[in-house]
Amino acid sequence: MGNPKGFLEIARVTPERRPVEERIHDWKEVYTDFPEEKLTAQASRCMDCGIPFCNQGCPLGNIIPDWNDLVYRGNWNEAIKRLHATNNFPEFTGRVCPAPCEGSCVLGINADPVTIKQVEVSIIERAFQEGWVHAAPPEVRTGKKVAVVGSGPAGLAAAAQLNHAGHYVTVFERADRIGGLLRYGIPEFKMEKNVLDRRLNLMAVEGVTFRTSANVGVNVSVDELKKEFDSIVLAGGSTAPRDLPIEGRDLKGIYFAMEYLPLQNKRCEGDTIPDDQFISARDKRVVIIGGGDTGADCLGTAHRQGALSVTQFELLSRPPDNRALENPWPNWPNIFRTSSAHEEGGAREYSILTKKFSGAQGHVKELLAVHVEFVDDGSGRKVMREVPGTEVTMKADLVLLAMGFLGPERKGMLDQLGVAINERGNVTTNGEKMTTVPGIFAAGDMARGQSLVVWAIREGRQAARFVDKYLMGTTDLP
Amino acid sequence: MYPGIPERQGLYDPQFEHDSCGVGFIVDMFGRKSHAIVRKSVQVLINLQHRGAKGCEVNTGDGAGILLQVPHKFLLEEAKKLGITLPEPGRYGVGMVCLPRDASARRRCEELLEAAVVRTGQTVLGWRDVPTNNSEIGNSAKAVEPVFRQIFIGAAASVKDRVELERKLYLLRKRGENAVAASDIPDKNYFYLPSLSANTIVYKGMLSADQMDTYFPDLVDARMETALAVVHQRFSTNTFPSWPLAHPFRYISHNGEINTLRGNINWMKARERQFQSAFYGEEVKDLLPILNESGSDSAIIDNAIEMLVMCGRSLPHAMMMAIPEAWDGHKTMSDEKKAFYEFHSCLMEPWDGPASMVFTDGHSIGAVLDRNGLRPSRYYVLKDNTVVMASEVGVLDVDPKEIVLKGRLQPGKMFLIDTNEGRIIDDAEIKEKITSANPYRQWLSENMIGISDLPAAPELPPPDHATVLTRQQLFGYTHEDLRIIMAPMAKNGEEAIGSMGTDTPLAVLSDRAPILFNYFKQLFAQVTNPPLDAIREELVTSMGTALGPELNLLEPVPASCRMIKIKSPVLDNDDLAKLRHMKRPGFKTVTLRMRFNVAEGGSGLQRALDELCATASNAITDGATILILSDRGMDKHHAPIPSLLATSGLHHHLVREGTRTKATLILETGEAREVHHFCLLIGYGASAVNPYLAFETLDDMIRGHLLTGIDHVTAVKYYNKSVSKGVLKVMSKMGISTLESYRGAQIFEAIGLNQNFVDTYFTNTPSRIGGIGIDEIAAEVAARHHRAFPDRPVPGAELDWGGQYQWRAEGEYHMYNPETVHKLQYSTRMNNYRIFKEYSALMDSTSQKMCTLRGLLDLKFPGEAIPIDEVEPVETIMKRFATGAMSYGSISKEAHETLAIAMNRIGGRSNTGEGGEDPARFTPDANGDSRSSAIKQVASGRFGVTSQYLVSANELQIKMAQGAKPGEGGQLPGYKVDATIARVRHSTPGVGLISPPPHHDIYSIEDLSQLIYDLKNSNPRARIAVKLVAEVGVGTVAAGVAKAHADVVLISGDSGGTGASPLTSLKHAGIPWELGLAETHQVLVLNDLRSRIIVQTDGQLKTGRDVVIAALLGGEEFGFATSALVVSGCIMMRVCHLNTCPVGVATQDPILREKFTGKPEYVVNYFGMIAQEVRELMAKLGFRTIDEMVGRLDRLDTRKAVEHWKAKRLDLTKMLHAPNVPDHVVKHHVQAQDHGLHLALDNKLIELSKDALEHKRKVEIHLPIRNVNRTVGTMLGSEVTRRHGGDGLPEDTIRISFKGSAGQSFGAFLPNGITMTLEGDANDYFGKGLSGGKLIVYKPESAEYAAEDNIIIGNVALYGATAGEAFISGVAGERFAVRNSGATAVVEGVGDHGCEYMTRGRVIVLGRTGRNFAAGMSGGIAYVLDEAGDFIERCNLDMIEIEPFEDAREEHLIHGLIEVHGRLTGSKRARAIAEDWSRYRDMVLKIMPHEYRRVLEASGAISPRMKSKKKYG
Repeated sequence: MGNPKGFLEIARVTPERRPVEERIHDWKEVYTDFPEEKLTAQASRCMDCGIPFCNQGCPLGNIIPDWNDLVYRGNWNEAIKRLHATNNFPEFTGRVCPAPCEGSCVLGINADPVTIKQVEVSIIERAFQEGWVHAAPPEVRTGKKVAVVGSGPAGLAAAAQLNHAGHYVTVFERADRIGGLLRYGIPEFKMEKNVLDRRLNLMAVEGVTFRTSANVGVNVSVDELKKEFDSIVLAGGSTAPRDLPIEGRDLKGIYFAMEYLPLQNKRCEGDTIPDDQFISARDKRVVIIGGGDTGADCLGTAHRQGALSVTQFELLSRPPDNRALENPWPNWPNIFRTSSAHEEGGAREYSILTKKFSGAQGHVKELLAVHVEFVDDGSGRKVMREVPGTEVTMKADLVLLAMGFLGPERKGMLDQLGVAINERGNVTTNGEKMTTVPGIFAAGDMARGQSLVVWAIREGRQAARFVDKYLMGTTDLP
Repeated sequence: MYPGIPERQGLYDPQFEHDSCGVGFIVDMFGRKSHAIVRKSVQVLINLQHRGAKGCEVNTGDGAGILLQVPHKFLLEEAKKLGITLPEPGRYGVGMVCLPRDASARRRCEELLEAAVVRTGQTVLGWRDVPTNNSEIGNSAKAVEPVFRQIFIGAAASVKDRVELERKLYLLRKRGENAVAASDIPDKNYFYLPSLSANTIVYKGMLSADQMDTYFPDLVDARMETALAVVHQRFSTNTFPSWPLAHPFRYISHNGEINTLRGNINWMKARERQFQSAFYGEEVKDLLPILNESGSDSAIIDNAIEMLVMCGRSLPHAMMMAIPEAWDGHKTMSDEKKAFYEFHSCLMEPWDGPASMVFTDGHSIGAVLDRNGLRPSRYYVLKDNTVVMASEVGVLDVDPKEIVLKGRLQPGKMFLIDTNEGRIIDDAEIKEKITSANPYRQWLSENMIGISDLPAAPELPPPDHATVLTRQQLFGYTHEDLRIIMAPMAKNGEEAIGSMGTDTPLAVLSDRAPILFNYFKQLFAQVTNPPLDAIREELVTSMGTALGPELNLLEPVPASCRMIKIKSPVLDNDDLAKLRHMKRPGFKTVTLRMRFNVAEGGSGLQRALDELCATASNAITDGATILILSDRGMDKHHAPIPSLLATSGLHHHLVREGTRTKATLILETGEAREVHHFCLLIGYGASAVNPYLAFETLDDMIRGHLLTGIDHVTAVKYYNKSVSKGVLKVMSKMGISTLESYRGAQIFEAIGLNQNFVDTYFTNTPSRIGGIGIDEIAAEVAARHHRAFPDRPVPGAELDWGGQYQWRAEGEYHMYNPETVHKLQYSTRMNNYRIFKEYSALMDSTSQKMCTLRGLLDLKFPGEAIPIDEVEPVETIMKRFATGAMSYGSISKEAHETLAIAMNRIGGRSNTGEGGEDPARFTPDANGDSRSSAIKQVASGRFGVTSQYLVSANELQIKMAQGAKPGEGGQLPGYKVDATIARVRHSTPGVGLISPPPHHDIYSIEDLSQLIYDLKNSNPRARIAVKLVAEVGVGTVAAGVAKAHADVVLISGDSGGTGASPLTSLKHAGIPWELGLAETHQVLVLNDLRSRIIVQTDGQLKTGRDVVIAALLGGEEFGFATSALVVSGCIMMRVCHLNTCPVGVATQDPILREKFTGKPEYVVNYFGMIAQEVRELMAKLGFRTIDEMVGRLDRLDTRKAVEHWKAKRLDLTKMLHAPNVPDHVVKHHVQAQDHGLHLALDNKLIELSKDALEHKRKVEIHLPIRNVNRTVGTMLGSEVTRRHGGDGLPEDTIRISFKGSAGQSFGAFLPNGITMTLEGDANDYFGKGLSGGKLIVYKPESAEYAAEDNIIIGNVALYGATAGEAFISGVAGERFAVRNSGATAVVEGVGDHGCEYMTRGRVIVLGRTGRNFAAGMSGGIAYVLDEAGDFIERCNLDMIEIEPFEDAREEHLIHGLIEVHGRLTGSKRARAIAEDWSRYRDMVLKIMPHEYRRVLEASGAISPRMKSKKKYG
């Protein structure tokens, strides 16, 4: 521990975001650079706890205190080793993870938590800059072949680990580019795609084979896959969106978030998409239904596209500014947050339920909503109740549904493979991540349901470990 | 085993029995025999009786005895009656023989002894029945009473003198003993010879002092005459009657304890095969075994001394070998003497431990004190030319006019009276004669060489950076090892410290392939012997040793010291290479590989070990003298044999083979890295260790910038230094001061290794719950090997995280983890029992994550539960709860008071910890809450232990040890000592506070008994508790504690401990409470002492189930510390020592304290929910009250479901053993202790002081006093304080004048208003804890000796005094004013370690001081009159400066005090000094602590002084 009193002497500071005026006119990441001396000072706020709750809070089990200390001491090289030991892709999590670690940081009990996420992204960026991140192909090849279906964070993590263990890994992606949600779900302003490409190139050099536009169960036969590979990891994500089956849903101008966002990402990649195939918010009154991160991604995208106005609806009530009694540390703090997208404008409506869309010429024009409250049903459970007399009507030219996902799509690959689906709609796996079909494993949202990137990576790593064990009898993968 | 002592059973093992005692002798210097000496010696014995003890029966003492010269006149006449004609004195020997009661068994024993006489060429003259009268002795003593007979053996004509006759008697006794031992005689264990000699005879038995005369009518026969007599009164920890173990033994009589006994026995066994003696020739083998292992430590050292004397050394010479002075690093010792000791260190290691040892061969008699002066020994020389020496003064009524000299034995010093020469021979003369007998220095310079003088080696093994990681993995290194263990060692030269105990699984329950070292726990001293203070009293320690073969112990030659000297047991690579390549006559170095074929598993490992042993034996046969065991050069197929296994296995193999001392074992190992590892390697026989991989690791860390600001050479130097210091600290925890004694002493307990394995490789190491063996160990090696050499290396491989010291998601399991801490805090804040049950379910769910022994136990529920409302309520159960000892200072005021309020609300007890308590807390708050801790702790630092503090307690707890760091003292860094804390602790703000490792008034069991008595006097309403830490033998200690009249004994587990502690201690010392508690309960029941004492336990109790298991194992009260802190907001930062606790619990930083959010309600909620859980389980178990549940082992079962590959090999049946005792033995507490307060002199003082107590009127009292009047003034003082508060009465309100010899603890805790004057002398602990009273002592008016040359009070005076004055006209013993924190004293000379650890007050010494003055002194001021100008040589200059007076005011003050001293005591010396002040003033040196000056300067109390840069010493 370099500075046991750092937390007393230094206040939490995070990098500044570029001015809203500037950033809403481009697609680049919103944060400015953070000077090294500021970062090391921030790292020194880490208290090197006897029980680092952050280490538990992080699904990957990142050894946060160790690398905080190393950064404080300026030993970046060692820091990246420790970071990579638990996390294949810190450049992703360092940008898009909501940082549950910070929510459980012990310092957060009575002060602002350590800026763990900023330290993380700085370590990996520094490492790339210094040339410390290089391809490390395995010394020994086992001759076993593994197919990974899906190239989101779970699939990529599984692929990277399995390749390290010496197996030949082929990643199948139905889209035209590798990356899954990282590629087409996360807007460019949150993570520029060169960050993704940088990592994919390394993996390719290490020996991972990527096959794009390869939709297993559609243009790649399941039987072929089973024949050709010794094991399969399913990491296709949770892609079936939650719908809002209310009156007027069939009007034009109402889209799922994941119909909307990829188009912009493709354009950012340089693809040419004709306007008639594109969904743009330009000069439109946009209503986003769903108050989560995807909703915020839509928000930021809509602003950049030049929306007239943007309103985000959230069914639940506005979170408190500070932790509620029943939401104690070290649980994820359910508090009111303002993301970069929120900073850029738009209104947030809480406790609001959309009742009806209406429009003209088959196109949505307005929606009807009502405020709700959550009351005790007598048995201790909270139930939702509409508040009479709070109905509102709102103009809307574009409605984006960002209400989460119900699970993987069953049709096609899953049906053909015959893996069982559990009551939550996800692929059933046992304690070792194996599906009900021997040799076929599942990881990430496909097995777990929609979740965070960091969980996806963890799932992918775990699956890799069990695949390795399945193939070889033993495993040394972490 | 002698009759009366039970067999090893359950967790009880007789080898851990301890004893201590009072010892004394009387001698007529001219050797004039008289019966009067017998009578006087019996009188001495009776006056020492309070130093002994009695067991469960009032009429069974622990043993008493007397050694006399052979009373020829008496025996001649008695023998004649039997028709035996005794020859003249010196031509016959008389044996005192204990025999079986069965006549035929007796006869067979006698025949075997007679046969031995004949075989040795001597004549049996006949037998005499020794008359005995057992009418007064207790039933248990009677049950195993032997028959006493005396045998007379006539010398053969060929025997030329007494000396030769003694040798023959020794040989024939050994032959007789061996013959009886080998026979099949029933009751042969009754056969024992207290003495067999032409010179001395011993009468002893399972008696108390006052039973001696009755039992042995011989002793009152007027014809029974002697010129010298040794007496001894024993205090054993048990109540088991053992006649042979009473003292005196044949040559010695001992007060103390040999800590290194196991090693001494092993080394003696190892040497025996090499014995050659001109006196015995071929017959020398009949003397073997030299040591009778069923004896006590004292009996065994007697065996060794006897052998050395019989084979030609003088008795003093033998004593100097066994109990050498601290010579290494002694500044003023003569070179000749140093050479003697150094030479003899090549022959035999010291028998280390506290010892006042009286020895005699019948014509000379003497005594020697251990190097540290840990036992009292006082003597008078009288005008009639007798000398009386005893553990106390006042054991014999002597007219002061008759006294020529009063003296005390000093540390390491000897004192001898030779009746042939008719004079006292002092230490210098005896030793000068012995040390000059041979040219030892010359022998040494011709034969011994320092390792630095060896030629440099031609080559060094090259470091290999590429493979460091692989090898680290091979030896199980973790990131924590590097970051937490090694980096601080290399950077600061000190071991890292941590906080908040440990909550990880025992090694045997861990799945992380722990290295073998982790299966061993360090033992430590508590109660029966003191730990050493290796820092403040470093002068008694030595880490040097010599490498090379030992020769014949019996007949030393110059080549006996042909050795290579090393200063530290850690060898760097250069040193090792030198040894490997050296070519010196008499040396041959052979390297042996420690490796096995990893694929072959356990059998391969075993075969490799066998081969290693065979190769070593062959090498020794071929002349090897240094064996290097090396684990370099492993590969994909070969794994290292665990270095400890190889070391100990080979050591024991060579001991058994009798070749052990022919070669030295040195380890070249990559495995050793932390202090504990080195301790084990040395403790099991290695002389030195080269941790090559640790060095390479440091180098690697420097290269990788993990260790910065230091170069490799310095890092290695610091690392080695910290290892050496760390090992010394571990040694000193056991009271061992030299490495040579520690080597092979096996001061460890194994947890989780099976008996067969331990018997083979770790012979005689206690291991009580079975466990794994060679197969599992090989498997764990293989797991590490696999990590190092994986089949498919994964890129970016890393070291294991570890997670031992800090929780890690992928690391070792911790009971306190994010989930449990959160649930505990949340449930207690919300008072939510449902969430609490989730917490306790997590803690109790041991099936998956087995962390604890209790996790392996099942509760056995009877068929039907009882309704829960029949179970006693939560309220009464909570009264059995206590919180742990955490001082105000270590934790914040807010946290401390939260616990106090909560515990007072529920009727439980909170504990002050070692830091005093603000008197404001003794008054209840307006809302009815009380912030006063019910338990006031008395620990070694005695901070804030005032009369008022003691009177305000409802329990006084003596902390003998604490779980996190048993055997060590505490330390409160200066930055935690703010103004309030300093006030409460009677110290200075900003100055760090240190509590010594030992209580300086508890060096043995009878001392503890004394402190218990003192505390009971200081507050008769409080119960007295003794806190012990679990280790093997703790039950035996607890039995001793019960006999010492403690009301409560607390058995703490190893894992608790909220304070800061060196990591070695935190992890590796002590054992779980389950074992300690179970052993305690078993041994107390076995001794029928259980009913007299409340048994409490603590050490990470967390749930209701924990409480129930503790009760079933025998506990009836329960302590919680860590959990109570967590409930108060602690989140286990483990930085308590840094003052940066971010939640305001363990900090004094005002900003952080504001962040404290704990509330008494939460703590109350916690205990309520615990109690509720307890009730639920009780209902299921069918118990209505806790009392019913205590000790119900039948309701516990070892978990059948344990499938764990290692844990399934554990065997907990010993833990659940119920001793077979009669039905009347009660198994829980029902009976109050009899403290004997009604006999105290204070009852009279209180009565006579009524006027003062009730009306504050002045009273004056005159009384005689004797040594049996102990703790005088204390109960009176407690009355004063109780009635009049902390300020007491106006000065001199009660004035008491005594005449005579005062017993121990005269004036202890005396408050303001009482003045006690003593004309005479006093024993140890004079003015202990003085709290404002005044003590004056001077020699009797009629005495002719000069006061300033004579010892007048004993050791450890004014210990922990907080206020008051003492004027002592005469010399005081060792450790005068130790930990003084406020008293003013004037004295005319002091022994060693004066003013040690002083924090406040003033001490004026008008005479010579002993060595090590002012060690650890951080406050207060001392003034020493240095007439000879040599004070500086004896002063410890680490923390003080020597200065002139600050100003005239100060000078005036000191001059005034000397005048007062002269006036109050009549001291001629004081008057002379005061009157001739201008001559003396410049000889007065002012001893000023640096830190004290700094703080005074900072506060403006004194002005800054120009400091001279001159550094002394």
